[in-house]
Amino acid sequence: MKRKRLIGSAIAISLLLLLSGCETNLVVFQPMGPQAQKIADLINWSLIWIGLIVIVVISMFVYFVWKYRAGANSKYEPEEHGNKWIEITWTTIPIIIVILLIVPTVRTLYDLEEIPEGYEDQEPLVIHVTSADWKWIFSYPEENIETVNYVNIPVKRPVIFKLTSAGTMQSFWIPSLSGQIYTMAKMEVELPIVADYEGSYFGKNTNFNGEGYQGMEFEVLVQSSNDFDEWVQEVKEKAPKLTEEDYTEILKPSHLGRLTFSNTHLDWIDHADHHADEYLYPDLYYEHGYPGQIFYDEDNDENAVEETGGDHNHEH
Amino acid sequence: MNIKWDKILLGGDPLLVGSQIAIVLTTVGIIAAITYFKKWKWLWNEWLTTVDHKKIGIMYILSAVLMFFRGGVDGLMMKAQTAVPENTFLDAQHYNEVFTTHGVIMILFMAMPMLMGIINLAMPLQIGARDVAFPQLNALSFWLFFSGAMLFNLSFVVGGSPDAGWTSYFPLAGKEFSPGIGNNYYMVALQIAGIGTLASGINFIVTILKMRTKGMTLMKMPMFTWTVLVTSLIIIIAFPIFTVALLLGMMDRLYGTHFFTVEAGGLDMLWANLFWLWGHPEVYIVVLPAFGIYSDIISTFAKKRLYGYTSMVWAVVLISVLSMLVWVHHFFTMGVGPAVNSVFSITTMLIAVPTGIKMFNWLFTMRKGRIEFTTPMLWSLAFIPTFLIGGVTGVMLAMAAADFQYHNTLFLVAHFHYTLIPGVVYAVFAALYYYWPKMFGYKLSEKIGKWHFWLFNIGFNVTFFPMFFLGLNGAVRRAYTYSAESGFSTLFLISAIGSIILAAGFAALVYNIYWSFRYAERNVGNDPWGNGRTLEWSIGSPAPHYNFATLPEVKTIDAFWYMKKEKKGLGLRKSDLKPIHMPSKSWIPVYMGAAFFVFGFMLVFEWHILSIFGGLAVLAGLVFRSFDYNSGYYVPVEEIIETEKWRGEIK
Repeated sequence: MKRKRLIGSAIAISLLLLLSGCETNLVVFQPMGPQAQKIADLINWSLIWIGLIVIVVISMFVYFVWKYRAGANSKYEPEEHGNKWIEITWTTIPIIIVILLIVPTVRTLYDLEEIPEGYEDQEPLVIHVTSADWKWIFSYPEENIETVNYVNIPVKRPVIFKLTSAGTMQSFWIPSLSGQIYTMAKMEVELPIVADYEGSYFGKNTNFNGEGYQGMEFEVLVQSSNDFDEWVQEVKEKAPKLTEEDYTEILKPSHLGRLTFSNTHLDWIDHADHHADEYLYPDLYYEHGYPGQIFYDEDNDENAVEETGGDHNHEH
Repeated sequence: MNIKWDKILLGGDPLLVGSQIAIVLTTVGIIAAITYFKKWKWLWNEWLTTVDHKKIGIMYILSAVLMFFRGGVDGLMMKAQTAVPENTFLDAQHYNEVFTTHGVIMILFMAMPMLMGIINLAMPLQIGARDVAFPQLNALSFWLFFSGAMLFNLSFVVGGSPDAGWTSYFPLAGKEFSPGIGNNYYMVALQIAGIGTLASGINFIVTILKMRTKGMTLMKMPMFTWTVLVTSLIIIIAFPIFTVALLLGMMDRLYGTHFFTVEAGGLDMLWANLFWLWGHPEVYIVVLPAFGIYSDIISTFAKKRLYGYTSMVWAVVLISVLSMLVWVHHFFTMGVGPAVNSVFSITTMLIAVPTGIKMFNWLFTMRKGRIEFTTPMLWSLAFIPTFLIGGVTGVMLAMAAADFQYHNTLFLVAHFHYTLIPGVVYAVFAALYYYWPKMFGYKLSEKIGKWHFWLFNIGFNVTFFPMFFLGLNGAVRRAYTYSAESGFSTLFLISAIGSIILAAGFAALVYNIYWSFRYAERNVGNDPWGNGRTLEWSIGSPAPHYNFATLPEVKTIDAFWYMKKEKKGLGLRKSDLKPIHMPSKSWIPVYMGAAFFVFGFMLVFEWHILSIFGGLAVLAGLVFRSFDYNSGYYVPVEEIIETEKWRGEIK
């Protein structure tokens, strides 16, 4: 019996640890911008109520199990059916808690869609994000520059990410700055963020997309606006131009380091467009095992990789 | 058709070659042993062709324990791989296959058949029936599950495993990004097993609605039977959605259609929607019967009537309705907008209300009771605090805005293990200990059972609790490794150590099965726990093949408890005994399983002409069945008297 109680207290202690998450250095509890801050506040609010529920239920559990163990000779009422008022109570209280959690959730959901308060009057920086296997491509249409696997943004200026994918579905996540959102081919989603502090933060894909999934990370460098402008200028002057051939090469499944270009691929393709051309390379995804048949769409021949001859039975 | 013989068997990797050798040796060993002990005839007559719901239940459970082993080894491999940063025990491709098969096997080939086994075993006994409504269909359900499970397991060594996650999201799972045949196994094997599940759902509903014994109204049914009824309803509503999704996915992969592709206007999110329209109710399909098991066991060992029976029933019904209305919470991050996310946030959080009602009712069942700490009760007790953690973290995840920070991280992984392991696996263990005497006539050892309980429980918490913190610190699921600088190492190592304790717990269960088979005391009587409340405890242990010599009459809930109390309706009178009509065994279900296996195998390998022959073999089984006019046989009164001798002399 002692052990049962031990378990109970161990769980209670662990939950307190969980509750004190806000004191720790866990990335979700260290927001670096207003969007991540709103989510962290919501999480902390939920932890209060959840902590309360856990403490109440576990106390009842431990007390009942201890008090009514066989041999304790506590009150025994084998025919007890239930009690309307007690049951109404434990239906009502959870409903109230759900309401207390729902209201701020909905408010936060709407808030996250908007440019955060206090930043509305600034011109937002628009960055197109294209995810491909297994890299992140950032295009700055206004500045006409493009980066791969890193993104520089100015501090305290709203940034609107417009996200799409060149192939598989990914999820774009910079936990220090905001929650995540999926990137999907031929669709576009928007994610507004603001970074309050200069510094380097990690971003990554959280949605499994095949063999190279693990290394699909990028760095977010938040710079002062002067540094940012200087960096843009430098890229414009020094970085090479991206050609369509280079770009086709980039989209093939691979891990790349950082790349920088002084133009963007948006000049010839926007993967968010519903009728955009596809860049698909099924041949390059054969892993070990029995090869299946590949189907090429007739409209897509221009993008299909040159036939390798090999022993795959292509269908045209 | 172009069969590439050299590529059918996988080679090269020592792990694979080892497994291939092990599989071949085991198969040869089993065949040799059966031949040596001359057990072929016995195997065929008593097991392979049986339509007895109890034997089918035992076969389900046996297969599920094997699958638990396979899925568990997958889990251990993942834990070994992530125990230290930048480990090279598994490469990315191998790891991807392992977590995919771990998920599919644990949900569909472990949890489902385990519960199907327990339902088969206990439900007809609880309602005082002699079998399920369609015994032969029941056998077919089992063999289709078995066939699907074997086909899926074959992928590990033949042709390549699926590697797109148990959710198999398109377009990744399509031919554009996964051209190997691995994911064909997913589409085909799950379809075959799914047909069996759907048939079970129909079978159980008809059984419960039409075959209850005299006097057992719906509101006098044991709680477990109630949850089976509701679960079966969810099955027949949700499984057809999966059937369609798998069919479309199979068309995409095998015949080049474009339902979910990037090309030609396919919609990848359509798969995600269809998958979770089935996938979320699926979670409740496995959890609800578990709730029923806990209700019965807690009431039995608190020696007290279930508190708030009526509200418990309504809570189950409400959960089943809500379970159909929450699927979008699996992709709040799709970017569908705050309005839709708000709606699904609310429906998801509302599930906490009926679940809370159940939680409090269990607690109040124990209040003013006399709690006995038997092994089944220990599992039920441990369920409450651990499932509570799973539940409250579920509420956290249901808050869509907060979910943007939890989604796809190990926080989510920890959450669903905290719901599915206490919510299903603990219940399954509780039920195994509880019903073992009813299956085999002896109890599992309580002493080894306590080892099993403590090792498994401690191991489980040590394995999965650290994952909450890993997730909040940015560790994502399905990543085969991580860097040393990430700061994840300590928690991952603790988690890996926990998994070893967890495995030791499972080993204790296996040892317990062996030990009890050899040494446990026989002749445990009809009511081995001494506190039986429902009809299954009124008949012999193991249950006779016809279940009830005479069909009992029920006047109250917990009928057997009150029969004992009032000393009424327990005896057997010779004059009441009549020959019992029972269904005959049949070879068709096992044949259908084999035919589907061959058909599925041909489809997986995209040998289209051969697959037509496989399809014809399946059709042939259907034709044979149409000309099967066997209408069963009668158990003579003498045999009944002989079997019921344990009751003393029957006058």
